[in-house]
Amino acid sequence: MTEKAVKMTDTNLFAGKRRLPQVNPVYFVLAALLCAIALSNPNFLEPTGYMNFLKRAAPLAILAAGQIYVIVSGGFDLSVGSVITLTVVGSSMLLDNNDDATWWVILVMFAIGAAVGLINGLVVSYLRVPSLIATLGMMITLNGAAFMWSSGSPRGYLPDTFRFFGRFNIKGMPLIQFLPVALIVLVVVGLALFWLMHRTNLGRLLHAVGDNPRAAQMSGVPVERIRIFAFVISSLSAVTAGILLGGFAGVSTDVGTGYELQAITATVIGGAQLLGGRGSVPASIAGALTLAAIFTLLNFIGLPKPTRDVVQGLILIAAVVLATYRRNRTGGR
Amino acid sequence: MRRFLTTTMAIALLAHTAQAQQLNFDDPAEFAKQREQLTAKANGPEGEPWVQYYGDAMVDTAKYKKDGPYTICFSNAGVNNAWRVTGWTNMQAEVKLHPEIKELIHVDAEGSDDKQIADIDDLIAGGKCSILIVSPNTTAALTPAVEKACATLPVVVFDRGVQTKCPISFIHPVGGYGFGIQAGEFVANNVSAGANVLMLRIVPGVDVLETRASAAKRIFDEKGLKILGQEFTEGDNAKTKSIVEDYLQRGNIDAIWMDAGATAVAAIEAFEDAGLPVPVITGEDQQDFLQKWKTDGLKATAPTYPTYQWRTPIIAAVKILKGESIPGPEWVLPQPAITAESLDTYINDKMPPLHHAMCGCEALPDYPAAWGGK
Repeated sequence: MTEKAVKMTDTNLFAGKRRLPQVNPVYFVLAALLCAIALSNPNFLEPTGYMNFLKRAAPLAILAAGQIYVIVSGGFDLSVGSVITLTVVGSSMLLDNNDDATWWVILVMFAIGAAVGLINGLVVSYLRVPSLIATLGMMITLNGAAFMWSSGSPRGYLPDTFRFFGRFNIKGMPLIQFLPVALIVLVVVGLALFWLMHRTNLGRLLHAVGDNPRAAQMSGVPVERIRIFAFVISSLSAVTAGILLGGFAGVSTDVGTGYELQAITATVIGGAQLLGGRGSVPASIAGALTLAAIFTLLNFIGLPKPTRDVVQGLILIAAVVLATYRRNRTGGR
Repeated sequence: MRRFLTTTMAIALLAHTAQAQQLNFDDPAEFAKQREQLTAKANGPEGEPWVQYYGDAMVDTAKYKKDGPYTICFSNAGVNNAWRVTGWTNMQAEVKLHPEIKELIHVDAEGSDDKQIADIDDLIAGGKCSILIVSPNTTAALTPAVEKACATLPVVVFDRGVQTKCPISFIHPVGGYGFGIQAGEFVANNVSAGANVLMLRIVPGVDVLETRASAAKRIFDEKGLKILGQEFTEGDNAKTKSIVEDYLQRGNIDAIWMDAGATAVAAIEAFEDAGLPVPVITGEDQQDFLQKWKTDGLKATAPTYPTYQWRTPIIAAVKILKGESIPGPEWVLPQPAITAESLDTYINDKMPPLHHAMCGCEALPDYPAAWGGK
């Protein structure tokens, strides 16, 4: 009996020792990619280089930081791309170049986003529809709605007050010369989502629900409400990403297309476990930056498009394999 | 994640490129022919380019004569971009000018070859059509379907072509080479030899776009310009702006050539945000680009692929059913470019950003509301 207990302690100690120096490999991958970019194009080390990179990656990073809530709770949110499109198209329709309307239009968009998340969550939690199907349906519905609203072609412009968040740079900063507003948005949203997931009880419940919903339910966790909450966070992050994307480049009617898969990929690169229970906000943001770095690196190297696609796919698979390998080694599930 | 998906399709893509090369999108004879048509005088009434035509070849349509009212059927490749939205609105308005048309039956293939083939079958089987208009999704795939329709109905094809001579007429503007020539020559005439040109394109492998690029490249090579790269934007603003930003980090850009203008303003903004002067740029007839051009006093030109060509098939259909001869087997419409001189004529800030100004629609019923204007 005593012997057994001692043995167990030993194993735990050993595991503890092995686990301590573990840093999520996504940070190494990201660092390696950034070095590669800097080597292939030294201008990247100038403020215009890395600031433009961060500005461009901000929408995806925010989206990934929201998506991880749903992933950790054991679901998927495929509707985020269409929420982005709806945000950009809807804002342009409501604003129509009227500077003063920006504030209430942004509020309306967040309200729509919250409603979308709420519906996703309700359908998944109470109607028991798998999240993949529920949010796929939402994606198709919202894309249709955006198309109906605009009849397939943008019907208005986004005024500068709206585009401020995604486009404007604060000039005259010491050292860094300029600071994109999009980066400030990313830092603020990133910190808030980090705090919510990793420093509050809510975050712990989220992990519990994703890890073992049945056990969570038995121990009195309000599983349904937690799931709904995760979907609302994801949709709100999509609205934020939409505001940044619309700001960065103006109105397109298919601006959000493909972002749902990019966001999920970013979280997986960041070591999240699809099907729930494991994932972190900073690692997901790093995953998004990694994805953006892959795109940028291949642009800089200047390979022809088909080669670029092949290389990009291989790097993506390698990054995910690395993340999975690490998970297996540390005994995580 | 479109790019990621494309990755998995890389082999298919390479195969596709190989096929594209077989179709020859760089034909010197066609290049010369279209270059000539751009400056030639078209036949037909002045100021109404949608009924003008080059050459004298006409088709006799007496055998199709039939009493009205007519039901016109239209198999549409899709209404999936702003150009097609403007065009489709033009067509619906044109129908209102013809009391002899009882009904326009429109089926939207939503960008799918398979759906369009099925659509055409359904229209034939429905037996309601007096005549069939087809705007094919892709050339090769739709050829058998159009041939089948020709066996039972008079057929008119427009925009993209098919590989059969069975339609009564194939209506299209001068063409892709013409577009590439207009934009390419403007760039070549406004920069010095050895200047850096960035070519921004939407997607590879589409005939009307490949010919635009090949024509421009031919001109750039002749003039000794340096092509920095040919990049594909997929018509996406964010991607376009990112691409230009990346090129700006690597060096100087003296001119931007575009095979379509929907993302021209995003390309311009990349220069603005970097605090650089906007170089020589070619766009298209979208309102947002025309207005930006004027406000900022850019050195620019706007070749067009005129959306007024959507009016012509309706006009042709009615003439055919009345037994009047029409230009054919090809009805080639004029393809004007908007230049600094004509810019003011086409600017209208009451219209939506991606409204195509060369629509020939100003005098049509319900203008401007039906086009989203105020």
